[in-house]
Amino acid sequence: MNTQKSTVVDVTARSTEKPLLSVRNLKVWYELKRFGFLHAGYVKAVDNVSFDLPRGEAIAVVGESGCGKSSLMKAILGLVHPHDGEILFEGKNIWEGGREAMRAYRMQVGYVQQDPYGALPPFMTIKRILEEPLILAGVKDKKKRLERIIRSLEEVKVSPPEDFLNKYPHMLSGGQQQRVVIARALIRDPKMLIADEPVSMLDASVRVEILKLLDEVQKERNLSVIYITHDLSTVRYFSERIFVMYAGKLIEKASTHEILHNPKHPYTLALLNAISDPLAENATKLRDIPPGEPPSLVSPPPGCRFHPRCEKAIKGLCEVKEPRHVQVGERHTVACWLYDEERE
Amino acid sequence: MASPDLKDKALVVEDLVLYFKLTHGIVQAVDHVSFSLDKNRAVVVIGESGCGKTSMGKALTRLLPRNVSRYSGKVYIDGVETMSMDDETYRREVRWVKISQVPQAAMNALNPVLKLKDQVMEPLLLHYRNVSEEEALEQVHEVFDFVGVPDAFIERYPFELSGGMRQRVVIAMALITRPSVIVLDEPTSALDVLTQANIYNVLKRIKWEKGTSFVLITHDVATSSELADDVLVMYAGHMMEHSSAKEFFDEPLHPYAKMLMAAVPKLYGDEDLQFIPGKPPSLLNPPTGCRFADRCPFATEKCKTEPPTFRVGDRFVKCWLYEKDADEIVNSPQELAGVQE
Repeated sequence: MNTQKSTVVDVTARSTEKPLLSVRNLKVWYELKRFGFLHAGYVKAVDNVSFDLPRGEAIAVVGESGCGKSSLMKAILGLVHPHDGEILFEGKNIWEGGREAMRAYRMQVGYVQQDPYGALPPFMTIKRILEEPLILAGVKDKKKRLERIIRSLEEVKVSPPEDFLNKYPHMLSGGQQQRVVIARALIRDPKMLIADEPVSMLDASVRVEILKLLDEVQKERNLSVIYITHDLSTVRYFSERIFVMYAGKLIEKASTHEILHNPKHPYTLALLNAISDPLAENATKLRDIPPGEPPSLVSPPPGCRFHPRCEKAIKGLCEVKEPRHVQVGERHTVACWLYDEERE
Repeated sequence: MASPDLKDKALVVEDLVLYFKLTHGIVQAVDHVSFSLDKNRAVVVIGESGCGKTSMGKALTRLLPRNVSRYSGKVYIDGVETMSMDDETYRREVRWVKISQVPQAAMNALNPVLKLKDQVMEPLLLHYRNVSEEEALEQVHEVFDFVGVPDAFIERYPFELSGGMRQRVVIAMALITRPSVIVLDEPTSALDVLTQANIYNVLKRIKWEKGTSFVLITHDVATSSELADDVLVMYAGHMMEHSSAKEFFDEPLHPYAKMLMAAVPKLYGDEDLQFIPGKPPSLLNPPTGCRFADRCPFATEKCKTEPPTFRVGDRFVKCWLYEKDADEIVNSPQELAGVQE
């Protein structure tokens, strides 16, 4: 069953030496219960996902809603306990070592939420919002805390910072709120940043501003970033590698350039095909969309999970046996039988 | 009343004004907007949030909140003037019959306790008294088939459907009375890319096969091109540019439209993305002169007075930069809407 075990080393990573984060055969399953106590199966939100994230690399996880990308993120943040598999941060499993170890781990990870307004407590001033992580990190000196708050506001270009310290979140525009969220994620100098759809709630003109800011911060601090999104058109401006996720599985992993110019998996092709660039001739033609909808994660289809919607499905193989990741180019792997030379 | 010229247009909007009253002043949400829409065409209204797009959609279907302070202008639908009608006549003869709306976040617009068939056939039964329930049910089957929702779903409740399916049901509902104009307010903004592309396929087929006209309100410039025949750019309640889609996506005229296009992420190509510094003015006390002048890199002294709308070829643009190249200054709303009095 476990065909993915063969890829122990993530060949798509920039360097395979001592990755900052390694995810190994991660499974995030939620148990379903009947009458509150009888076991009634699992929702397999993340199923057998493995990858490496080296220091200073920005990766993007792309997929439709319900494909498990948020569950993957929650598992990496240590918010849900994985059903199986390991998450190694600097070589150590984040779940081994108890509460103190988890606390120390979380100090090194920043999180940028999707909806900035929902992520900022409405009754706290900006100063208080940014101060809290520092208090928790044990910065006792008030002056030092204020200094760091001002420095991080400057870093995210909220200027002049002094004017904002005593404001409440509702007094800020959407773009400014998102900047404060980013400042909060960065204030403890994390090594890794997880951004969950950081621009999907923002206006088109502000979106670009925030993407540029994230890009700048990432390069300047040499941060590792996991950027989770459903919008493939924004990833090009930001990340080095793209993981395409479908129904709980990573189905294609490659550099951004490879995914855009040399996509392999039929699902990746469909995704790219569905995105429109602003051109007038779009209005004159219908787009080619795979029929149906993503499968239920309680009882996903056997074999390749995309086979019921795939035009190129090979009868007698795709619906029976799960494809493994095969390398199809430099730093490019895909889980699809079409590219596996060893298929029977 | 209606001149022969008006008859060819699905929708003619002349000098539409919609202001709201708040405790600290008047919000000028839609400020003297004029345009027209031929039959079987789609116009997209684009702009940042808070520029008056949604208010304009509401003004067209007269779904107004209580704090309206001024609502004036002329709206001809299929050559019939509707603004002079009283609310009851409008409700009976225009809304759903001639113009229907797919509201923002439409997937949450369905009534959770009614079966889909009951709510989809409701507008038909209410507006056409001579339609029997069996006939209505037949129509429901037909529109469901058209928007690509499986037939068996008509017996289901909204919660049993995915977001994209629900969106299609709402579109089916807007379609069932066969109106000549459908106003779509951000029809796909909460949906996934594949579902989004799918919905646009459905809308295109409606346009091609049923001859319906669309007013599509969106902030997503890239996907709006999927349906656009004409583009109308709004900023702070004003209409900044009105062009055909072909010309607009090739080269927008107004500086705001140019910057908006430069901020659209593209899948391929390697231009750098640009953003628009600053934020739109408050509509409570909008600046005099050009409302975009504060953020405009080309702003001059002249921009302190409000520019008229210039006609450049077949396009309209409200910017002083085109004073020299313009063919004429358009003064009357009739001219702006492309109809003769």
